[in-house]
Amino acid sequence: MSKKKELVSKIGLRLDGRRADELRRVRCKMGVFSQPDGSAYIEQGLTKVLAAVYGPHQVRGNRSKAQHDSAIVNCQFSMAVFSTSERKKRPRGDRKSSEMSIHLRQALLAAIKVELYPWSQIDIYVEVLHADGGVYPACVNAATLALIDAGIPLKEYVCACSASLANNDIPMVDISHQEEMLGGPTLTIAALPMSEKIVLMEMSQRFHIDHLPKVMAKALKGCKDIKVILDEAVRSHVEDVGCSTGWSNTSQKIKV
Amino acid sequence: MSNKIHIGIASDRVNPSVALNQRVPKIYTPGEVITEQNELMRGHGTYEEDGCLKSSVAGLKEEVNKLISIKPLKSRYNGEIGDVVVGRITEVQQRRWKVETNSRLDSVLLLSSVNLPGGELRRRSAEDEHMMRKYLQEGDLISAEVQNVFTDGSLSLHTRSLKYGKLSQGVLIKVFPALIKRSKTRFHNLSVGASVILGNNGFIWICPTVNTEEESVGGFIQNLEYIVPIEEREIIARIRNCILALAQSKMMLFDTSILFAFEESKKYAVAELLLPEAMVDVALLTQQRLTLLENQ
Repeated sequence: MSKKKELVSKIGLRLDGRRADELRRVRCKMGVFSQPDGSAYIEQGLTKVLAAVYGPHQVRGNRSKAQHDSAIVNCQFSMAVFSTSERKKRPRGDRKSSEMSIHLRQALLAAIKVELYPWSQIDIYVEVLHADGGVYPACVNAATLALIDAGIPLKEYVCACSASLANNDIPMVDISHQEEMLGGPTLTIAALPMSEKIVLMEMSQRFHIDHLPKVMAKALKGCKDIKVILDEAVRSHVEDVGCSTGWSNTSQKIKV
Repeated sequence: MSNKIHIGIASDRVNPSVALNQRVPKIYTPGEVITEQNELMRGHGTYEEDGCLKSSVAGLKEEVNKLISIKPLKSRYNGEIGDVVVGRITEVQQRRWKVETNSRLDSVLLLSSVNLPGGELRRRSAEDEHMMRKYLQEGDLISAEVQNVFTDGSLSLHTRSLKYGKLSQGVLIKVFPALIKRSKTRFHNLSVGASVILGNNGFIWICPTVNTEEESVGGFIQNLEYIVPIEEREIIARIRNCILALAQSKMMLFDTSILFAFEESKKYAVAELLLPEAMVDVALLTQQRLTLLENQ
């Protein structure tokens, strides 16, 4: 066997027993906190992320930042000190975290209808509880759910997914930490899955450009799969809340 | 001092949901196409793209003639004229106060729309402007009515009635605005011995019952000397915990539901009401009584 371990075995299984086009298990929950306007929790495999959204609210602090035609979107990414195998020194503020915050903001700005909230501010806080590969995609997905929970208008879901190239030939989706470590380039995209617009694309390492279309297609397919899962979660959440309140304050008159 | 500490493990967490089995109306989620006809008007929560009307929030469709809007179940407070709100002063400015009302922009309370001590017809002098902080300062809680909604969505409030004004001793609870049932009266003197103001903006104020005749000055009296008896405090604490229980289970808040929850909570001590099991139990029993009442 070569020095580099094969990421996909001969019978087509990956290290954790998935097939090349399978996502890890996604579990999500909306409305996990009572204090923020919207919140969500998502698990993608072992990666666990919490997101909280405050706003739209009056611009606090530096008032001159307020814009007359759109809301300011403020993202903060942080990783709990216990989220990685080595204890982190500081949960936020390091280079990687600031970069993540900027990337998150870029992806979410593409979907949030900011023009509806002049002079306002929307704060999005994302906290990684357990990092096991695919941290950025999980953060984007969690933030989307939290924004929907807060009732903030979005053009559509923003979903993110990673993909990689195994054995220099087979594209595979949703990369775990183990696979990231074993090598292979990782392509992360954030997309609007319904209109198939890519809002952010990032790549670590490189591969031959001939492989790009198929890896990208795989990642986009992953985004669409995630969108279906998120949509289901949103519907069941709305249903649950609606049934508890008896759908009052809505125009629907429903008898038990 | 030994306190009873309650630690539960995540796996046997109680599910606070008390949802009834009901027919579920069609739910729209962001990006979903509502209709492809284009003679319809787009309302809140919708947008137009490629000739289709699409939803931008997760919620239910509301149709008024040709106007279609999607209403999310949870959002910031959208003020309407005549609503009663509870808010907190965040800033004192020239001739106005800024008030935090859970709206997407801070509301304004103009000096000219408050009743200053000395009667309705009192002129507002420059001196009053200097005295503004004496009437209301940052951090004070007020109850007020929405007088006007500006185009950018911010609200203008007024307290030109003896009902409104500065709040003195009591407890504030914040819930989602959608949980407050719309009704004519917002001030409830509950028979159990406390008053509740159900602000349309999701801020709820619980205070000891006051005789309204006494407070003829209206507005800015804050009696912090008065010591509320322990029994009344217990009642207030119990009502607070009941409202929290109902809000956790996403049940509508109005005088009857609060009263029912209060009665059903009697078997628990006030502090026990903060346990998740007790909260769900109270919510469930209240739910049952409400459905009974509805079916009668």
